Amino acid sequence: MGSKSDFLVQFKNVQKSYDGVHLVVKDFNVDMVKGEFLTMLGPSGSGKTTCLMMLAGFETATSGQIILDGQSINNVAPHKREIGMVFQNYALFPHMTVAENLAFPLRVRKMGKSEVTDKVNRALKMVRLDTFANRRPAQLSGGQQQRVAVARALVFEPKLVLMDEPLGALDKNLREEMQYEIKHIHEDLGVTMLYVTHDQVEALTMSDRIAVFDDGVVQQLASPQSLYEEPCNAFVANFIGENNRLMGKVLSVSGDTCSVELEGGGGTIQATKVNVGQVGDRTTLSLRPERVMVNPAEGSCANLVNATVEELIYHGDHTRTRVSVSGSSNFIIKVPNTHNQQHMKKGESIRIGWDTDDCRALDAND
Amino acid sequence: MANTYSKVGEMTTNDGVPLKVSLRRSQRKLKLWAFLLVAPLLVFILVSFIIPVVNMTMRGIENPQVANIMPNVVAALENWEGTELPDETVYAALVTDLTMGRKNKNIGKVATRLNYERSGMRRVITGSARKAAKLKEGPYKTQMIEINKAWGDVAVWSLIKRESGTFTSSYLISSVDRKTNDAGEIVAKIEDKQIYVNLFGKTLMMSFSITIICIVLAFPIAYLLATLPLAKSNLLMILVLLPFWTSLLVRTTTWIVLLQSQGVINDLLVWMNIIDEDGRLQMIYNQTGTIIAMTHILLPFMVLPLYSVMKTIPPTYMRAALSLGANPVTAFIKVYIPMTVSGIGAGSLLVFILSIGYYITPALVGGQSGLLISNMIAYHMQNSLNWGLAGALGFILLVIVLLFYALFNKVIGIDKMKMG
Repeated sequence: MGSKSDFLVQFKNVQKSYDGVHLVVKDFNVDMVKGEFLTMLGPSGSGKTTCLMMLAGFETATSGQIILDGQSINNVAPHKREIGMVFQNYALFPHMTVAENLAFPLRVRKMGKSEVTDKVNRALKMVRLDTFANRRPAQLSGGQQQRVAVARALVFEPKLVLMDEPLGALDKNLREEMQYEIKHIHEDLGVTMLYVTHDQVEALTMSDRIAVFDDGVVQQLASPQSLYEEPCNAFVANFIGENNRLMGKVLSVSGDTCSVELEGGGGTIQATKVNVGQVGDRTTLSLRPERVMVNPAEGSCANLVNATVEELIYHGDHTRTRVSVSGSSNFIIKVPNTHNQQHMKKGESIRIGWDTDDCRALDAND
Repeated sequence: MANTYSKVGEMTTNDGVPLKVSLRRSQRKLKLWAFLLVAPLLVFILVSFIIPVVNMTMRGIENPQVANIMPNVVAALENWEGTELPDETVYAALVTDLTMGRKNKNIGKVATRLNYERSGMRRVITGSARKAAKLKEGPYKTQMIEINKAWGDVAVWSLIKRESGTFTSSYLISSVDRKTNDAGEIVAKIEDKQIYVNLFGKTLMMSFSITIICIVLAFPIAYLLATLPLAKSNLLMILVLLPFWTSLLVRTTTWIVLLQSQGVINDLLVWMNIIDEDGRLQMIYNQTGTIIAMTHILLPFMVLPLYSVMKTIPPTYMRAALSLGANPVTAFIKVYIPMTVSGIGAGSLLVFILSIGYYITPALVGGQSGLLISNMIAYHMQNSLNWGLAGALGFILLVIVLLFYALFNKVIGIDKMKMG
């Protein structure tokens, strides 16, 4: 991940408490590389926004160090941190025009008039709003306001841009469009971005790395791909993407795999050992819906289980099939809509199977 | 859906009725309901507010006394040129009217009315009426001039002719310290009698100062109210509202206790040796007293609109300004204060208009110099009983208030204001 000088932001053992009794952020450690797009993902109340606010300077860390560009900024006032920020509701100043909003950070830096106009125009062009310079924020649509907010956070060329659920107020289509737009701006400008969201799709599409928060602790910090495919605990497996859970008891462990006896009498399963205790402990088996095969050829996969079709939901490109397996009736299979797909009926008994690699044995908590 | 368009541009419903007509019809019932709901209040306001205001304004221009009580004189004077004394018929009419008026006991009203315009006229009219009753026969002209030589003065006759109409501008003219001279021109009154224009000016200035002081004092309180946690802000809100729940008289007399020269504050200052016994400050029964007491009373009217506006400003705006590199002071001035303008506007309008017509407090603590125009109006209503002048002064005050309202509307926009 590069030498130490490449780190733009470092959180070192940061803790935060509001009431002196509970810790909202328990022990936060992160090193952000220059140019990185890092997302803090987690349910509300998990401490992700608090971390962002501590970095922006609106909250103080109760203990630990926050280092920006090699300097501890624990005692630096927010307006001296040179960090751009996009707020959830944009916080565009309603009494100023779009151009005045963009000029604000430049004016307070006592920049010359022509330079200000120049930079404002360039920033507006970047978000394709050059014709809206003289409008008031209230006269813009949600997506346009969002773009102005992004432009305003970038116009003074900060080293770091923070975004606090910036797309939360947009409808689905616009949100997807804006995800790509922000992603492209990030790639074009090479600016370091720290992004907070509770939307895992958003996090997966945009980020270089994702820190999954829960209960004030980073559960896993990894690239989107390894988060989805190699979750290290039951919370992450559940939170990122769709996930099937089967509870079981560890019978034996051999190398990277272990065999697990399913609760509910479904038989014994071979699973990749990730986060399990000793033999005899409970474990959660995590299995992605698209990795489950229906009626596979005998011997083609390591695990085969009996299931009953409970519900079929047509989704166009795939059919969501809910089956009951080993006493659990919430097991989802995504059956792709291909030519040779056989049709199942409700109540039908089928055989389902999966590879040992696709089935991860995780902690039993959750 | 085929007949949704009867012809290009005009929408109709499925049964062919134009859409606009149909819409109006369907909303008529709703409008009627809305009207019925506000009808009791409308009637109340009409009876208790609009009718009295119109009535008092009318009194400022009505002039029934001369026309009603001296009809014969008015008729006889109709063709009079006004350059020399009128002829015998007018004097005969005068005797008839005076005799009649004295019998009806109405003559005093004319006497009072004319006395407003020319001092001494009361005695001229009542005295002449008493003596005219005893006159047996004409010619009356010389006898009347003998009774009172005022009847030999062309200016007196000009005055009577001028005030013979049912409407007059003389109260309004008098309200702005002008009068009509004997030649019929509008001129300034002598300096000693010029009081109203100065008083209007002083009222405006004091209302303006009170408004400014209220803004300065209310802003921090409203800010605290809007930003403190709920439990604390509720307590603070009760403290702000406390004056509302206390009688106006109690609050005003409390200031007397505090501010008078033997009062609490002066005693404290003397005790702390900041001033000596002879140097006790005169803080009440003057302008200072009026401004202090009225600021206290009107402060909630500034706090509440400000608070309601500040409550709607999320803290993210200040944070955004800080994150963009503005120091806290710049952020406050450039971002926060402009967003409270609608609150400042609404509060200022309330405080200014309320204080421009304030009456009880200045009457109690204002002494001579702290009186406002409304006290003068009250004086003419209650003491001098010159309701015409009171009506005219009130009308001018109303016009000033409406002008300021229009000005506020133009500068800030009434529709943008939040009244709390």
